Parts: sequence; C-alpha cells; structure tokens
Amino acid sequence: MSETRPISEIEEEIIEEFALFDSWDDKYEYIIDLGKKLQPLDAVHKKDANKVKGCQSTVWLVADYKNGKVTYQAESDAVIVKGLISMLIRVLSGHTPDEILDADMDFINKIGMTSHLAQTRSNGLRAMVKQMKHYALAFKSLKFDV
Amino acid sequence: MSNETMTAAKDNKTLDIAAIREDFPILRRQVKGHPLVYFDNAATSQKPREVIDALVYYYTHLNANVHRGIHSLAEEATAAFEATRDAIRAFINAAHREEIIYTKGTTEGINLVAYTWGRKNLKAGDEVIISGMEHHSNIVPWQIVCEEQKAVLKVIPVNDQGELILDEYAKLLSEKTKMVAVVHVSNALGTVNPVKEIIRQAHDKGALTLIDGAQSSLHLDIDVQDLDCDFFVLSAHKMLGPTGAGALYGKKELLEAMPVFLGGGEMIKEVTFEKTTYNELPYKFEAGTPNIADFVAFKPAIDYINRLGKANIRRHEEELLDYATWNIKEIPGVKIIGEAREKASVLSFVIDGVHPQDVGILLDNKGIAVRTGHHCAEPLMNRFCIPGTIRASFAVYNTTEEIDRLMDGLKKAIKLLA
Repeated sequence: MSETRPISEIEEEIIEEFALFDSWDDKYEYIIDLGKKLQPLDAVHKKDANKVKGCQSTVWLVADYKNGKVTYQAESDAVIVKGLISMLIRVLSGHTPDEILDADMDFINKIGMTSHLAQTRSNGLRAMVKQMKHYALAFKSLKFDV
Repeated sequence: MSNETMTAAKDNKTLDIAAIREDFPILRRQVKGHPLVYFDNAATSQKPREVIDALVYYYTHLNANVHRGIHSLAEEATAAFEATRDAIRAFINAAHREEIIYTKGTTEGINLVAYTWGRKNLKAGDEVIISGMEHHSNIVPWQIVCEEQKAVLKVIPVNDQGELILDEYAKLLSEKTKMVAVVHVSNALGTVNPVKEIIRQAHDKGALTLIDGAQSSLHLDIDVQDLDCDFFVLSAHKMLGPTGAGALYGKKELLEAMPVFLGGGEMIKEVTFEKTTYNELPYKFEAGTPNIADFVAFKPAIDYINRLGKANIRRHEEELLDYATWNIKEIPGVKIIGEAREKASVLSFVIDGVHPQDVGILLDNKGIAVRTGHHCAEPLMNRFCIPGTIRASFAVYNTTEEIDRLMDGLKKAIKLLA
C-alpha cells in the first residue's frame, strides 16, 4: 500500500487518537484491539531469519520494496506487541526509504509508550524500529526494485 | 522491627504481617497509580529499613578499605565486614568461618568452583551431573568447564509435576561421576528438591556435591553440616539483603586444595616477580577490594530473618501459596506449571491462548509486579513445551489481600486478551 501523506502527519494522527483516552486501561484496550486485527503473517515468513532480536516475545518482520516504496508485514506471539507493531506499520509502511530513515518516531514517546513499558519491552520496540530502518537502508542501496 | 513483630516471632505465633510491612519502606510506594504489589521475590527480595540504614550508616560513618589499614576507620570497617562472615557461618551452620568465601552472589560462587575445582579435577571422560530444572547459572559454568576438560555433562530429568526423577538420577551416577550440582529450590517452579538424599547418593559414588541455595536460603532451614554438601552457594539480595554480595560455602579441606580463582589484592600473601604465595582461607579466594558496604549491610538482613524465624516465615508463605493456588484453579484456562509435593512459595502458570508477556504488562498497569518469561531456565521451559510462564513468587511481607488483587488483575487481563 502506498502512502501519500507524510510520516509526521500519520504520527500526529496517532498522538491525537491516544489523547482521547482517559486512562491506560483504555489505551491498552485499544492496542490489544489493534493487535487482534493485525493481518497474520504468512507461515513461510515465520522463520528464524525474520525474527527481530531484542524482543522478549517473538516478532517476525518482513519488508517488500516496490515502485520506490517499502511495505512491511509483521507478527508476534504476544498481542500487545502485535498492537504496537500495527502502529509502526501504519506509520512507516508505504513510504520511500529516505522518508523512513528520516522518521524520528517520536510519537512512541508522545503517546507515553516508552515511559509506560518496562525498559526491556521498550528496548524491544526500539529494536523493531531499528530493524524497519535497516530494511529501508538496504532497499535504498538497491539500484532497482525487487 | 516493631516490638509486636518480635514478640510474635519469639512466641512462634502467627507473624504480624502488617507490622512487618512497615519495616519495608518500598511497600508504601505506588506504581502506575496503584499501591505496589510485589510478587517478584524469586528475582530479588525487598529490603527492610535496617538493611537500608546499614548502607547509609556505612558510608556516613565507616567507609574505609578493609584488612590493610591501621587507622580506626579501617579497623571498624573490617570488623563490620567480618561480622557478616560469622553471621553467614551461623546461618548455614558451617563448621568454620574460613569456609565462607565472599562472592558477588550465587553465580560467581558456582563459577568459582567450576573454574578452580573443575579445571584441576575434571579429566576427559569424567562426568558432572546437573538437573533439568537448573537456572542458567548452574548450567553454563559446568558446560564451559566440561567442554574444556572433555568431561561429560549429564542431566537428571524432570517429571510432569516438576520433580526430579530420582530413579533416573540413580542410573546416571557411576564411578565416573565427579560432581553433582543441583538447585535446592527451583526458581521457575518452586520445587524443593530432596538434596540430602541426592548428596548421600553422590557421596556413595565418591562424587562431590554443590547445592544452589539462591532460592532456598530465605525460606528453608539450611544446615550444611547436616546436608553434608561439599559446596553451597547463596545470594544476599534474595534474602532481604543488598545486591552484589553472596557467599560460597565449601568444606575446608576442599577449599584448601583448590587453586586460586582471581589474582590480586587480598588473595596474596607475598609477591615477587618470580613467585607469589597466596593468602589463607577465606582470603585466598577474595581478590581485590570487596563490596564492603553491601557485605556490612548483609548482616542486618540475616539478623532480621533470624528474628522472624524461618519456621514462622515458612508457615506464612505456605498459607500464601495455598491461598493463591486454590484461587487460581478457579480461573478457567489457567494451568499451573510445577505441582511438586514439596514446594516453596512460587506460583508459576500459563493461560490458554494468552502470551505471558501480555499478562505481565497488564498486571504491571495495575501496580502488580510478576515475572514473565523463561526465568533463565530455558531447558526447563522446553521440557514443558512452553515459551515461558507467569510467575508470582511470595515473601513474608506479602498478604492474601494482595493475592486477591492478583486474581482480580488476572481475570481482567484474560477478559481483555482472550
């Protein structure tokens, strides 16, 4: 899916959505709901090579590059992580490698996620963003689409 | 500790838990807007005021390096530092104070034995036996030394209840067995292993024994002479004391025959560039400036446990475990992992269709601290074909009301996640 809006606009949209919630109970309920709705990853992609290191739960992440845009697909065995992944995909998927590499992803802090999650899980979130950017960097260095 | 608490302990009555809770300042804090419920005691216990005060007192009044100074501060610091050694000796009933080696904790103690005794005594074809419920700390050092010495590592299997299969242990033992290293209480399941019997059988074959007492020292009576173990390791931070301090107990004649571990500082008697002679026990194994403040503050932790009385502590923890076990069985989809006949205060469980990490996050959102994951016992999790468990581990300052909050939090989490 190609995304025409800038990354910062999508980030702002998520920040506004989270501002509507009064409590962390509601925020978690929303994240869990996102997790449950996340498109399942094809079984062939669930291999060790696609695992993101640094997560307590298992996360598989794959990326595709077409018409100069990167699209991501991911899944986890833990539903809250799936919800977080869903947000990362919503923000980064469909953009060019340069746009992805430039994204500061500050929305994660602004919705309070990094301060609310324990350090180890917050590291897992950072590991996922890092891996998504690695894909973008790899695609950027390609001369043609794959 | 309040007078009421002390009276209760002395009279061997039910402990006054409300008074005990007053002794632990951290229990008054809020987490995520809720009063803290701390059920991660198997990872580390909380510290009573006396331990915290001892740390502050040390740095305010005593701070000096130990053993070598001739000034008053050095002497006072040394006396306080060494007083803990006597307290540990009495706590585990070792015969001699030289048998207590200060370490950073359990892990360092096991490494010390593996690297010194193991390298000197293990030969190609020799066997070391550990169990299927060991923490990584009692697996990896033996793997390393076995690989180096071309010795063989054997594993006592675990049954479906989470108990060691002793018939299989008996079959593993042979004249080739040189060391049996097993955990006293499993951190992941709470199983209390029959270590006295395990030690007896190992000795019958001429093997030495090491008992990992990280999880047992706070809860069970430890008598190393009665157990007749050759080595016993413990960590201060799992028994109401500070982090970074622990002890290795070893029988004197074994420790004397062992080569040194780390070089430098207190372990030296005389150094020339040609030759170094080593200090006597226990200093032979205590290189460098030790973690003085934390060892000084370890003694009040031991004193506190002694004043409460292990039997009283155990009785309260058993009540908590029974109450939690009975209540959790009422929740559909919950499966307890580890239902040994002899258990310490650990409730480890999984929930159908729910990932442990999700439950951990949602409980944390309610101020309830549990551990989720493999608990650094990955082979054991593989044995039960699970990625990990949710573990609530109880200590003397926990209450049934806190367990009610856990159950309530679990029910809400399941409703949201399922």
